Order: sequence, then C-alpha cells, then structure tokens
Amino acid sequence: MLELKNVYKTFNPGTVNAKTALEDLSLTLNEGDFVTVIGGNGAGKSTMLNAVAGAFSVDAGTITIDGQNVTGLPEYKRAAFIGRVFQDPMMGTAATMQIEENLALAARRGQRRGLRWGIKRMEREDYRELLRTLDLGLEDRMTTKVGLLSGGQRQALTLLMAALKRPKLLLLDEHTAALDPKTAAKVLALSDQIVEENGLTTLMVTHNMRDAIAHGNRLIMMNGGRVVLDIAGEEKKRLTVEDLLNRFTAVGGEMPSDRTILG
Amino acid sequence: MDFLLTFLRSMPGAVGQGLIWGIMAIGVYLTYKILDVADLTVDGSLATGGAVCALLTVNGANPATALVCAVLAGMLAGLVTGLFHTACGIPAILSGILTQLALYSINLRIMGWVGWGADNGTKATLAVSVDKNHLLVSSRYIRELGLQNPLLPLGIFVVVTIAVLYWFFGTELGASIRATGANRSMARAQGINTDFNVVLGLMISNGLVALAGGLLAQYQGSSTIDMGRGAIVIGLAAVIIGEVIFGKVFHNFGLKLFAAVLGAIIYYIVIQLVLRLGLDTNDLKLLTALVVAVFLAIPYWKGKYFRARVKPAGSTSEGGNGNA
Repeated sequence: MLELKNVYKTFNPGTVNAKTALEDLSLTLNEGDFVTVIGGNGAGKSTMLNAVAGAFSVDAGTITIDGQNVTGLPEYKRAAFIGRVFQDPMMGTAATMQIEENLALAARRGQRRGLRWGIKRMEREDYRELLRTLDLGLEDRMTTKVGLLSGGQRQALTLLMAALKRPKLLLLDEHTAALDPKTAAKVLALSDQIVEENGLTTLMVTHNMRDAIAHGNRLIMMNGGRVVLDIAGEEKKRLTVEDLLNRFTAVGGEMPSDRTILG
Repeated sequence: MDFLLTFLRSMPGAVGQGLIWGIMAIGVYLTYKILDVADLTVDGSLATGGAVCALLTVNGANPATALVCAVLAGMLAGLVTGLFHTACGIPAILSGILTQLALYSINLRIMGWVGWGADNGTKATLAVSVDKNHLLVSSRYIRELGLQNPLLPLGIFVVVTIAVLYWFFGTELGASIRATGANRSMARAQGINTDFNVVLGLMISNGLVALAGGLLAQYQGSSTIDMGRGAIVIGLAAVIIGEVIFGKVFHNFGLKLFAAVLGAIIYYIVIQLVLRLGLDTNDLKLLTALVVAVFLAIPYWKGKYFRARVKPAGSTSEGGNGNA
C-alpha cells in the first residue's frame, strides 16, 4: 500500500545547521498494516510521516501509495489518499469554523471544490451519527466553533475527519503526546476502533514503548533516519519493553530518553 | 446651535463616504480577518480602481462598464501580490508593498492615457464631471431628495456586495478559503490548495477595494494619485470599530461584513465631528493612525496583563483563537 524506496532528506544542506533526517530509508506497508513507529529524538519518525504526507519534497528516492508514484505530488493533492492527525491538537482542525463545517471540509478531501453549498442537509445527519460514536456529546454541538473544544475533543474530531474518506493511508504523528494520560488512552482506543472498523493502513508514531507494543500488528524502530528494527506477527505479540530496549542497543541505537522507557 | 446644524448638515456626506469606504473595509476584512494576511496592496489598488473608472468615464463609457473594469484592474493587482507571495515566496506584507509601489507608476500612466499610438504621458489627477460625464454617484446630490441622491445606489452596492459574499463564503470553495485563513496546515491536510486560495482571496479583496476606488472617483468628481494613501489604515479602522461596537451582537457572517460598513460610517461621522471641532485636515491621518494603533493594542494588553492576574498557574494554552 505504501512503499518508501531509498528516501533521503537533509534539512539546511550546505550550512552549519545541516541535518540529515532521512538516510536511505526504505519501508513497505502491506494493505491493512497497522505499524507503530518508535525511536529516539531526531530518529526521523516525524520527518518520515511528513515526507509521506508531502509537507516537503525529498532529496532522493521514491514514495509510492497504492501503486501510484506520489513523490512529486504536492501536499494538498496527496491528501486525497491520506488522513492525518498531528501531535498538536490545534493543528488538525480549523478553530474558527464550526464542528460540522470542519467535517464538511474533510468530506470533500480529494474532490474539486466548486460553487455548490459547502454543507448539505443530508450530510448533517451523517455527521450527527458519526459524532455520536465518539460519545463526547459533540452531536448536540454541531455548530459550535471547534476552538471552544478541549484538546482531546479536537483530536477525536480530527481522527473522525482523517478517517471520513476512508483514506488509503492514515498517519498518526504522536497524536496523543499533548494530551493528559486519561484522555490519551481514550483517543488511542478510539484510534484502534477507527482503524479496525475501516481496515485502514496506518502509520502511528509514538514516544511510548508500551503503546507501540500494545497497538498494531507491526512495530518498527528508527534510528539515524532509517528503519533499524522491524517486528511483526507473533514475534510482536510476545514483545516486552525490555526485549525492545535490548534489541535496540544490539543494533547500535542511541538509548531513547527516560520518558520513553517509563512512558 | 450653529455648530449642531453644520454638523447635521454634514451627516449625509459622512454616510456617503462611509458607504463607499465600507465596501473597501469589506475588502480589508476578507484579507485581514478571513485570510489572515495583512495586504498593503489596497493603498495602490484603490487608486487604480479610481483611475480606471475615471479614464473610461471621460472617454464616454457608461458607469457599469467603468466600474466592472475598475474591479478587474483591482483583481489583477491582487493577482500580482498573490503571485509575489505564493509563487515567489515573498512575505505577504512585502508583496503588498511592492505591488502598491508599482501601482503608483501604473496609476499615473492610466490617468495620463490618451489613446493608442498617441503621445501618452502621466497625470496625477483626472477629473470627471457630472455635467459632462455619465456618473452613477455624485456628491453634488448628497443632500437632495430623489433618485439622483448617491446614497440609494451606494446602499444597493453595499447590500448586493454583502449578499454575494455571504453566498460565496458558504460554498465549498468559499469554505475552503475560510479554512485556509483559519489553519493552513489543516487546510492542506484536507486537500485544499492553500496557495491558490490565498491568491483568489487577494483578488476578491482588491477587486472590492478597486470598486470602492471607482465609486469614490465618481462621488468626489476626480481620481487622484494619492486617493489611496493610508487606505489600509482607514479600512482597518472601520473593521476594528465595527468589531468593537457590534462584535458582541453580530455573529452571522453577513452581519460581520455589515459591521465593517457601519464601522466606516461611524469613522466618517467622527471625522466630521473632530473637523467641526477645529482639527486641521492635515492632522487627520495622524489621528487615524493613533486610533487604529490603540485599538490593535488593546486585545494584546488585555491578553498580557489581564490574563496574567486572573489565571495564576496550571491552566495552559486554551482558547487563544477567539476572533473572526
């Protein structure tokens, strides 16, 4: 479903601030894969997700989604295949627009936006049903400005929006890192549910090893801008945090921060 | 008593000016509030609208043609600023300043235009006369009762402008422009071409500003090279006054645009008042700039000092985006 082939990316090349973020990165995701991504700071996790989403162009290599080479496609065109949830809850929604308007924007992802009315009456009913599944009471506040919602509510809404068009690929970039533990657990459970219901191919970056082990069918660890560990199937199910740390040290990885271990 | 009478006699003129600048203020509202771009093109595009309208009018065009061409010229100016910003990566403020500066020369050329192959020069003013030319609005009839009073067509212009914009910003395309202004990264993640939308927004805004310029040229009987000087500040003043006074009661998008028009009318009424009280006309721009600066600073001060005292600790970044 997703294929990254020998991808390179250096930020600020030719300056003292030059930073190689991705180095000969290759990764293939099969349809329906739910891959969790871990690694220390600067390992290239978020850079990889942003490269896939098209936030910047890569220096070399190809990115293919469902057989289509998207390497040269601008971010807004790739959005037709991709649903995204960001780390910052403020980033995934338009604060000054209503809940239903945000959903209507997401419902038109990948379509030409013309001079038809921005939201149809029939859509509203669909959105109401959809919001009801969140169990946050948002179905009764559909015309509320999103800026008035809490961070957790906004992430939940962003998840709904990301999955609304059944994207070929769902990118979750530490989307629970800015939430309190209880809300984070809720949003993670919701992510699991949405991924499963829609059978979405998913890449989820997380700082938390326990979460990385508990979710998804496959786990990759990144270091120095490439994948250094790739664990799937039965092996992943038996994985413990200790195993993971040992294997990470074995492949010469930098020890992740305390927060990652204790997380 | 005398003072009150002359002040009242100046009211129709203030309302007329306010309606025209209200259309301009709507243009500023679209960029400043909806698109979240500070567009300084307007100082130039207002005069461009006036110049194009005046040129066509003295050459015998009917008012409708003249105004449509003024709008198109303004949209072209917005297109240039938009491309400076999106295709050339120049910061929005600087893009606007560049276009505005370039328009100064262009506006002189427009007003000095004589004909194809003729000896075209430059001109700093171009007069239109309600006796010789076909005008839609003229300040001469501002205190007369009847159909030639400019307040009627100006009022219609304002209502139609607001109605069309209300419709447009409710469409899929219009909603995507609002999303672009609210949150660019979200907009792109939802498949919205933000660069295109910024350019389109700037074009619509400058089209409206040029329309105001065209109406102003007709209304005051001439187009001048400096008629747009400080226009952005007057537009901002109108937007801010409208928001401060009506922000709490007007929540509908159409009403918010209307608030900007009311803000412009109030601005001109206040101007009339301070002029009657003896303020020198030359000091007006100083006063306007100070008023706008204070009103822009108030929300910042409120956020900085007020919040620091009320919320001591614990509560982090919640609800920072309360505007528009």
